[in-house]
Amino acid sequence: MYNFHYQRAQSIGDAEAALKAGNVKLLAGGMTLIPVLKQRLASPDALVDLAGLKDLKGIVSDGSGVTIGAMTPHAVVAASADVRNAIPALAALAESIGDPQVRNRGTLGGSLANNDPAADYPAAVLGLNAVIHTNRRQIKADDYFKGLFETALAEDEIITKVSFPKPQKAGYAKFAHPASRYAMVGVFVAQTASGMRVAVTGAAPGVFRQKDMEKALTTNFSPDAVAAIQQSPQGLNSDLHGSADYRAHLVTVMAKRAVAAAR
Amino acid sequence: MPDSSATPHTGIGAAVKRVEDYRFLTGRGRYVDDMNRPGQLYACFVRSPHAHAKIRSVNTKMAAKMPGVAAIYTGADLAAEKVGSLICGWTVTDKHGQPHKSPPHPPLAHDKVRYVGDHVAVVLAESALAAKEAAEKVEVAYEELPAIVDPAAALASKAPQLHSEAPGNLCYDWELGDKAAVEAAFKNAHHVTRLDLINNRLIPNAMEPRAAIGEYDAGSDSYTVYSTSQNPHVLRLILSAFVLGIPEHKLRVVAPDVGGGFGSKIFCYAEETVCLWASKKTNRPVKWTAERSESFLSDAHGRDHVTHAEVAMDKNGKFLAMRIETVANLGAYLSTFASCVPTYLYGTLLAGQYTTPAIHVNVKASFTNTAPVDAYRGAGRPEATYVVERLVEAAAREMKLDPAEIRRRNFVQPDQFPYQTPVALVYDSGNYEHSLNAALKLADYAGFAKRKAEAAQRGKRRGIGFSAYIEACGLAPSAVVGSLGAGVGLWESGLIRFNPTGSVTVFTGTHSHGQGHETTFAQLVSDRLGVPMDKVEVVHGDTNRIPFGMGTYGSRSIAVGGSALQVAADKIIAKGKKIAAHLMEAAEQDIHYQNGIFKVAGTDKSKTMGEIAFAAYVPHNYPAGLEPGLEESGFYDPPNFTFPSGVHIAEVELDPESGEVEVVKWTAVDDFGNVINPMIVEGQVHGGIAQGIGQALLEHGVYDKDTGQLVTGSYMDYTMPRADDLPSFTVGLTHTPCPHNPLGVKGCGEAGAIAAPAALMNAITDALGVLHMDMPATPERVWQITRRQAAGLAS
Repeated sequence: MYNFHYQRAQSIGDAEAALKAGNVKLLAGGMTLIPVLKQRLASPDALVDLAGLKDLKGIVSDGSGVTIGAMTPHAVVAASADVRNAIPALAALAESIGDPQVRNRGTLGGSLANNDPAADYPAAVLGLNAVIHTNRRQIKADDYFKGLFETALAEDEIITKVSFPKPQKAGYAKFAHPASRYAMVGVFVAQTASGMRVAVTGAAPGVFRQKDMEKALTTNFSPDAVAAIQQSPQGLNSDLHGSADYRAHLVTVMAKRAVAAAR
Repeated sequence: MPDSSATPHTGIGAAVKRVEDYRFLTGRGRYVDDMNRPGQLYACFVRSPHAHAKIRSVNTKMAAKMPGVAAIYTGADLAAEKVGSLICGWTVTDKHGQPHKSPPHPPLAHDKVRYVGDHVAVVLAESALAAKEAAEKVEVAYEELPAIVDPAAALASKAPQLHSEAPGNLCYDWELGDKAAVEAAFKNAHHVTRLDLINNRLIPNAMEPRAAIGEYDAGSDSYTVYSTSQNPHVLRLILSAFVLGIPEHKLRVVAPDVGGGFGSKIFCYAEETVCLWASKKTNRPVKWTAERSESFLSDAHGRDHVTHAEVAMDKNGKFLAMRIETVANLGAYLSTFASCVPTYLYGTLLAGQYTTPAIHVNVKASFTNTAPVDAYRGAGRPEATYVVERLVEAAAREMKLDPAEIRRRNFVQPDQFPYQTPVALVYDSGNYEHSLNAALKLADYAGFAKRKAEAAQRGKRRGIGFSAYIEACGLAPSAVVGSLGAGVGLWESGLIRFNPTGSVTVFTGTHSHGQGHETTFAQLVSDRLGVPMDKVEVVHGDTNRIPFGMGTYGSRSIAVGGSALQVAADKIIAKGKKIAAHLMEAAEQDIHYQNGIFKVAGTDKSKTMGEIAFAAYVPHNYPAGLEPGLEESGFYDPPNFTFPSGVHIAEVELDPESGEVEVVKWTAVDDFGNVINPMIVEGQVHGGIAQGIGQALLEHGVYDKDTGQLVTGSYMDYTMPRADDLPSFTVGLTHTPCPHNPLGVKGCGEAGAIAAPAALMNAITDALGVLHMDMPATPERVWQITRRQAAGLAS
């Protein structure tokens, strides 16, 4: 780790001001950033810690869905009665991230801002057609994810909360990478007010919607409906633990499991 | 088994909780990195980013100007001061009678680097961070060379050459067994089963990374090195006699609490060598602690064999002969005991539990641009067991015999011991069929077909696999290993010191780095001498406190180290009888000792061990001519190896659609002879099985074949077994006492890692209905097979 300045933001405005200095990184849970710093792969001049911002924490539920503060840890989402009632698949997804240490440190906003191609939350956000609120605007899920570690966020934009509309039904299935336990392939399926959505994480450089499966599930919401749909391996990730072919195959297998698990 | 009724709750055979765990579990352990010496500098090693390159120049000017830097040394600096090469302590003689090739292994490279992570320079600074910052500023000009990482490809004619001293990258071409007899048997065989196997490279991953502090005391012109070592005296001997030339009596090695070794901490590495050397140069202590990524790169790795194996059988499935050809990867340099692992710890075990009359094994060992490969839990024996037990299972399938039945037909029988194998060893004892039967019952083998059918209804394929393993441990008879090329004797020492108040300090030459010696040895001494266990303290790991000892590896500690303590205990009792006879005015031959009490036969007169100890230290009324004090040492050189054996049965369910494998049931029946502490033994078995399952299912050290970069250099890519990868283990014991050591013990540390990979791969290939697949059986590899099967293609 290289030396850096550490600042604990007292308000969103504080954080915004600090970001203007240039080579500054926001620190949410730090579950990716800290390892990157330890490996000396990044050398920011300063870290601005958002941990003290109470406004960014907590879960609000109304009849139409749940809104989760950006600094809410995964463990809180997983244990939330509101989330479990409204969108059980989202609570289950949060429960499946990393290990207890990660779930108690890692945050929703941090995960989305980082947009690791193997992270779980992007699948839920895209699958549920969620809205990402920032200090400046609201961004629709379909407009937010821009590929490998890229998002629609501007340099000085800060995620404040995410609104997840309540679906009729949703399910998530993940094939964990054997070593890292990130998603090698994760598929989130949801019957939403805006139609059927199937979001795939882990398989490609960024989360994406599987439109063929969406179409098939619209007419027949059952595992059989997706069983014969093959994801093209073109452009998918490939590594020691999973070739593009295997990941493509797992998209179908995980989609079946996600549909079977949906409620 | 000697009587042990005096201390029923702590004596031999009692499941005493580990006394060392209190300090470990409450964070009070004291590891090398917990130690800090006044005025110490911190070392950071500049490591090669290339697998193979010439060093054109090393420029340290910029780095030397960085804040806090005290000194920087390069390979040229060490060479100029005639620092010796790191050594290999075992010289293997090849099949032409020539010694193996042992090219120089400088602690800091000065002409070439030969693997990613090879040591180029060391920066010493006031803090670990300052050293690291400065190390980044050391400019090394490399001329890259083509790299080779595959052990078999390294022997090909046009492969890049690592060492001019080892033409063709060949360290040795070694053989064992009667080749002509094997050829003849194959000619007359009813059937031959053949397999090509890869034993995957493993990276040890001890929980505690390696660490060292070197310290020079100018006043006494003496040295101390604190090191994460499994064998402090062996490290002292190597550093003293071979590498640094420090007089042995001027060098102290301290190996305090050590957090796991699995073999990787047996060896003498560049880092402790350089820290010690640099402490004199700077006249300040020098400390180094590995980062995890350095552990991946520079700890000696394990396994990495490529093997072709054949077994010839008669029409009844009786083994007539085995023929084994192996290429073993030794990495870029010969590590401390690297040469003996794929030869004397591998070829000699290829008889397994069977009466195969003729066996021939040929091993070619190659140098490659990878981290050195040396002993890792089991060391050669897991590789041998994997070959034999995969081959036997494949033979059973081809011969359409039940896998238990083919083993039964070939087992060495109880009345055949001592049994001379065709590959040098003489098995001392065993009852293989007894263990097999016990395992079959515990595993409910009879119910397997039903479980398989039930799994099929859930879309799962269920498989079962056996591994009937044998190992040679209790290393080892010194004369035998000496004749095979070992540079050391492998006896062990122990010393028992009574204190005047009756408490006991036990010194052992073995080293505990997770094995629980502080409990097991205390139990042993408590039992023998009738002293309560809490009055017995076990000391190990400091060459200034303990007698010269050979350390811990090869499951040797109880069989050799425990026996040495038994020798010492016998001497204590013998001396105690003399004192007791004097105190009770009886003849020495009338004194009977039992459970800490000396009695005059036929009377009610007695003295306790405590009274005898007090009399020995306060000898007011004492036998004339007898030395005061009560302290005895014992050295024990075993007459033979010990031969633990057993049967493991794995049961798996695999999902043909995803390729996921679940280990659903594990049964182990091991014969470790007599057992001192069954709970510790069971823990050792559990840990070994976990590592064996890790090898078969998850772990794989992979180098990129073109660049020689370590692909699996972190836990993001190297898959360690986790609790949820493992089933609950059903562990049973049988007890055929070792006939040639005083405790009847055999050793248990490596058995699980030796037995498990073959059992698991036999179960997985059974579920898949294929003869073979290579480890690790990752989901993708399994799916590649089920996919081809689904498409109607041959596997």
